[in-house]
Amino acid sequence: MKQILIIPILFPLLSAITMLFFRRSVATQRIISILSSFLLLAVAGGLLAAVISEGMLTLQVGGWRAPFGITLAADLLSAVMVAASALIGLTTVLYSLATIDRERERFFYYPLLQLLMMGINGAFLTGDVFNLYVWFEVMLISSFVLLVLGGTPVQLEGAIKYVTINLLSSSVFLAAAGILYGMAGTLNMADLARITPYLPQQNLLAVVSVLFMITFGVKAAVFPLFFWLPASYHTPPVAVSAIFAGLLTKVGVYALIRFFTTIFSHEAVFINEVLLAASALTMLSGVLGAAAQYDFRRLLSFHIISQIGYMIFGLALHSPLAIAGALFYIVHNIIAKTNLFYVSGIVERITGTYDLKKAGGVYAAHPVIGMLFLIPALALAGIPPLSGFWAKFVIIKAGFQAGEYAVTGIALLVGLLTLFSMMKIWNEAFWKDLPQPQVEGNRYETMGFGRRLLLFSPVVVLGLVTVLLGVFFEPVFRLAETAAAQLLDTQAYITPVLGRME
Amino acid sequence: MYSIILATASRYLLLLLQMFSLFLLFRGHNEPGGGFVGGLVAAAAYALYFIANGIAEAEKLLKVDPFYLIAAGLLLAVSSTMPSLAAGMNVMTGIWFDTGTALFGKVGTPLVFDTGVYFLVLGVTLKIIFSLAEGDLQ
Amino acid sequence: MTLLLALVIGCLYAAGIFLILRRNMVKVIFGLILLAHAANLLIFTVGRLTKGIPAFVPEGSGMLTGRFADPLPQALILTAIVIGFGVQAFTIVLFKRTWLTLGTEDLDMMKTTDEPPKE
Repeated sequence: MKQILIIPILFPLLSAITMLFFRRSVATQRIISILSSFLLLAVAGGLLAAVISEGMLTLQVGGWRAPFGITLAADLLSAVMVAASALIGLTTVLYSLATIDRERERFFYYPLLQLLMMGINGAFLTGDVFNLYVWFEVMLISSFVLLVLGGTPVQLEGAIKYVTINLLSSSVFLAAAGILYGMAGTLNMADLARITPYLPQQNLLAVVSVLFMITFGVKAAVFPLFFWLPASYHTPPVAVSAIFAGLLTKVGVYALIRFFTTIFSHEAVFINEVLLAASALTMLSGVLGAAAQYDFRRLLSFHIISQIGYMIFGLALHSPLAIAGALFYIVHNIIAKTNLFYVSGIVERITGTYDLKKAGGVYAAHPVIGMLFLIPALALAGIPPLSGFWAKFVIIKAGFQAGEYAVTGIALLVGLLTLFSMMKIWNEAFWKDLPQPQVEGNRYETMGFGRRLLLFSPVVVLGLVTVLLGVFFEPVFRLAETAAAQLLDTQAYITPVLGRME
Repeated sequence: MYSIILATASRYLLLLLQMFSLFLLFRGHNEPGGGFVGGLVAAAAYALYFIANGIAEAEKLLKVDPFYLIAAGLLLAVSSTMPSLAAGMNVMTGIWFDTGTALFGKVGTPLVFDTGVYFLVLGVTLKIIFSLAEGDLQ
Repeated sequence: MTLLLALVIGCLYAAGIFLILRRNMVKVIFGLILLAHAANLLIFTVGRLTKGIPAFVPEGSGMLTGRFADPLPQALILTAIVIGFGVQAFTIVLFKRTWLTLGTEDLDMMKTTDEPPKE
């Protein structure tokens, strides 16, 4: 059973390699992509079911005992993240089939997407700090190429910022991992969790934990390290923007949660104060930045940042309820945010622009698309009974319980401002009339039925998941609470990795 | 710039360097060497040939597009992780066969992995060199 | 030896940070490469320096005995170098393409993605 842990990593790699042999046949690559994404989702579902029924799974790669070899470990958090990212991977492949142009497809778009999935899954499943670095790099290099694929001037310019800041954060990660190894003599997460509270140089450990906070803060786009995100996420094709928006920053948040619950749990007091301040500023700066935007995707990009703030807020409160809320928030946000980007692509196809001032009239022409936009948009703003309401509700309740009234107040205010932004999109793109009739041909009208099906099925599926997450909040949240309890009990992570040696 | 001395020498050096790269590959498991270094040396051999004879000659000599070397190397490396799964062990566990002869000694999945790395490194390095060179000519 | 390496690492970090703050793309690349080297050297140094005792199992013996250099930092550095090599090669090509497409190497000129689109 535990061998299933390697499949979410090996499988995308194998399908990417197979696609390389069919470099001339885009049709074959498409079929392989669809098949492997469906299978990956099935495997991820199987992994989640196994972790729920059997508890944490660990795999010592190569048969080398922990902490000497590389450990793969899936607790509930990892399994849920892998499942959510597999769902996003599948919908992105479907959406790409409808939207990505031939030229990009020929230049290995689909293999790169699979490699990106491999990196993301690897980052979620690994139980080793240095291995996490390697998976981050796999993920980053695929994202670099996906970002510049096509080579338009805006893409290159966005990529310069994205690549430079990410290389910088990687080198900080490397230095932090090196110092941590020098102090602890191990990089296995479970072993570190066991050793770190007893290390003699606790001050140096605090420095290392701050270094890790900076690295993952860059990846997660936490204030004040987020400027690369709104400068680059709106430049590539919308399918790429969507998968980046849904998954990449969340990998950073996942790493923050993993490090500051499992590994540096005893450092929590000091780090949490920093995170608390950072989360308030992240929420505020993101939502205020969005208020000034009139480009559909730039506006959504700023909202990614403000939503990250909520997750970090949950982590900073560090109570079981808050962390469970943060985990629920991550899943809700992965789905709603990706969906909004998909909708922005549809709107662009109909109106011919991402500029909200020039767009309009979508609701009058296509009322269904208006409804499909409202589900994720209202979920993001936190309107009951959608998933976002419960996610915000839990985190704000935890905030009041912890007595952090100021930051909780900011969280409430940011929710209101998010609603304002979503209504701005609604008014500009959907409600008002098209300011000037379109000059060039409407790219939506010329689409065949098959392509439209591919364009809408991701939006419908993710919208349905958003509604279901809201309606069946009870059982899903119980799962999140179990995951949070596992995270806060470091022994529950240490024993399965180190205790059951083979 | 064409130098007849370098062009002639590179033909012999190519063979010599390739043999050396294979030597590095096969001794790699227990002694310094391995697929990575071997692949780099092999790539250096082709790079030397390219410098001496031009890019068209080097590509003709290689016969396959370096791209397929990358794909094949990756496939070989990944497939070496599978036999252990079939044998019921943890993934990527090395499996060894003793051939019983002094010439080959023990052969195992790590060698397959290393060979994959060899082709991968050779392919990647050549791809980089060739595409940079082609870019400069334009 | 550790002190010397510590000084070298400090200089590399200083030079790297100075270079990435420049406006010229080429200098930024050099800065990033220097930072990667500094991080590798840092791993090497904090992983304890042990001179002249590689971690080889002697002929006929089944295990390592006595003092030996920790091979793990070396493996980490090797991995980091290989990854860095790939990423830096990509970055250099990206910067070259950007320079060819945008016709400038001044990073302060590249602000269209940060500004609202012009009418």
